[in-house]
Amino acid sequence: MTELNPYRPEMATVIEIVEETHNIRTLRVLLNDPEKMKAFSFQPGQVGQLSVFGYGESTFVINSPPTRRDYLQFSIMQAGEVAGRLHQLNVGDQIGVRAPLGNYFPYENMKGRDILFVGGGIAMAPLRTLLLFMLDNRKDYGDITLIYGARTPNDFCYTYEFDDWKKAGASLILTVDNEAPDWPHRVGVVPKVLAEEAPNPKNRIAVTCGPPIMIKFALAALKQLGYADEQIYTTLEKRMKCGIGICGRCNIGEKYVCIDGPVFSCAQLSAMLPEL
Amino acid sequence: MSGKIFVAHDALSGLLDDLSKKFKVWIPQMMDQASGHIAFGVYAPGKKPELTRRSRLSPKKILFPSMDTLFKFTYVKDPKDPVRYTIDLKESFDNGPTLVFGARPCDTRGFQTFDQVFLKGQYKDVYYERRRQNTLFATLVCQDSDTACFCSSVGSGPADMTGSDMAVIPIEGGYVIEGLTDAGRKLVETSGSAPSPEQAAAAEQMKRNTAALKIGEDDLTGYADDLTRRFTDMDFWREQVSPCITCGVCTWVCPTCYCFSITDEASGMSGERMRSWDSCMFYLYTLEARGHNPRPTKMERYRNRVGHKFSYFPKKYDGMVSCCGCGRCIRTCPVSIDIRKVVKELKETADDRA
Ligand code: SF4
Ligand code: SF4
Ligand code: FES
Repeated sequence: MTELNPYRPEMATVIEIVEETHNIRTLRVLLNDPEKMKAFSFQPGQVGQLSVFGYGESTFVINSPPTRRDYLQFSIMQAGEVAGRLHQLNVGDQIGVRAPLGNYFPYENMKGRDILFVGGGIAMAPLRTLLLFMLDNRKDYGDITLIYGARTPNDFCYTYEFDDWKKAGASLILTVDNEAPDWPHRVGVVPKVLAEEAPNPKNRIAVTCGPPIMIKFALAALKQLGYADEQIYTTLEKRMKCGIGICGRCNIGEKYVCIDGPVFSCAQLSAMLPEL
Repeated sequence: MSGKIFVAHDALSGLLDDLSKKFKVWIPQMMDQASGHIAFGVYAPGKKPELTRRSRLSPKKILFPSMDTLFKFTYVKDPKDPVRYTIDLKESFDNGPTLVFGARPCDTRGFQTFDQVFLKGQYKDVYYERRRQNTLFATLVCQDSDTACFCSSVGSGPADMTGSDMAVIPIEGGYVIEGLTDAGRKLVETSGSAPSPEQAAAAEQMKRNTAALKIGEDDLTGYADDLTRRFTDMDFWREQVSPCITCGVCTWVCPTCYCFSITDEASGMSGERMRSWDSCMFYLYTLEARGHNPRPTKMERYRNRVGHKFSYFPKKYDGMVSCCGCGRCIRTCPVSIDIRKVVKELKETADDRA
């Protein structure tokens, strides 16, 4: 992003596309200016505004970790006009990128602790960034467990990476909402599986992302298991436009999700006005 | 020189003619005689400033146009490989020297809210900044309050010159114009001749008298925590806003409402990214792509409007209320919702209201 004009996107080229599910695809992009691509620095959890000129902008988390710099990766669920258009792009197409924006997961404070990721659907995207970042710095963290749920076996993203994640030292617990033929893993919504697995809260940080309803029940399940508010992190989604704390729309009381978030601890959330 | 000039009523046009050679000069002018609609428009010889009646619309659009182009984009096909293309971006800045003549203290002070958000945060809004830097304000010492005005209730008053470069002080026979900032003084000193000692004294007297006026009965600052306390009291919000038709005119006329949307307008291979005024009173404002809306009804939305001005903003910016007390929302609301009353009642208990 130019320092001068925070509304001006950098031009970028789509270099690779992965169709993850019937309604989620992943774009791998490179900033057109090689110098800027080299200098691009961000933290796990930060987001970008992607532009399709003529259609507008929409917010997506940068879900490649800062430790892997071959490209910037964004996963897009088909919802809304810009996302719909992003789903029609081909390799070689041009988009605009305003990034990095927002805050990030406080991974420094998570060092030396066990980590529990709890994710549902497309919200695996922000978790992927932090998960890979931690796997790339594996010795800094203790046990890393991921509970990842989707509606059906066909609704998981990044399935082609699951083996790599395990090899790098993560335990994966996969679950689908309902019984499905030949599904070898768990069945049941994420909060339920979370309660059954009951990962010990001692010296552990839980990071949970998902649709609002899942978050609500996942937070309740975590608290039930004895997790304190300070041990739980989540990301919030709001409709955004500027992404830089000016246009006014993403506020919860005096906090702006675009600059004060998207990452919040449960302790921070409890201190905020209830307007999710 | 004293940094002051006297301009007789019949010399005002001459002054504006001169100024308009150096500046784009905006004055309050009559837009529609029948409805008495006064708004800010660009001065041209022959136009008369309306300096004795308040304007229906504030000068907000001068620094923050209701529709503004952020940049233009063009898809440029690669002549050698026509399936490939690049995108050409051109920012457009519109920032010639500008003078706002005859705004009122509330109008000028409205931009203090913008300054906090657009200039002093983590990111700078360059479009606003460029206009702001190139704009001078010659603000009237206000003599024309009505019962909807309440500038004194929000830490201001009819002689408050916060953010003004010049004060325009009405006296017998004309105006004393006094430079307040370096730029304002410089302009004043080259624009006319000094007032007589009597005129200068009359202007001082006028300023003192006006500053002593109290426009608005109650102090409406210091309600930040009351809003928080009331936040989930939906009976309260229902009672306050049940007549509201969510037309959004309260935010449109408001000199401190700055929320905007960003959209692309395109045709063929090119188009523009625009920013345009938006309103937190609209359902779509917070509607998320997947259907969830954190402010589904007018109760949550009006709560945000009041909350932002009287609670969130002061919490974030050192106690500063982001309402300048101009009364425009009260005058224009089709169902006469009175923001003063809503704020005051935040403090009352359920018993008080019963
Ligand atoms: S002007 Fe009145 S009716 Fe219209 S949105 Fe504002 S409060 Fe509601
Ligand atoms: S809220 Fe109403 S009184 Fe306050 S500045 Fe806005 S329009 Fe004026
Ligand atoms: S998206 Fe504009 S203020 Fe947050």
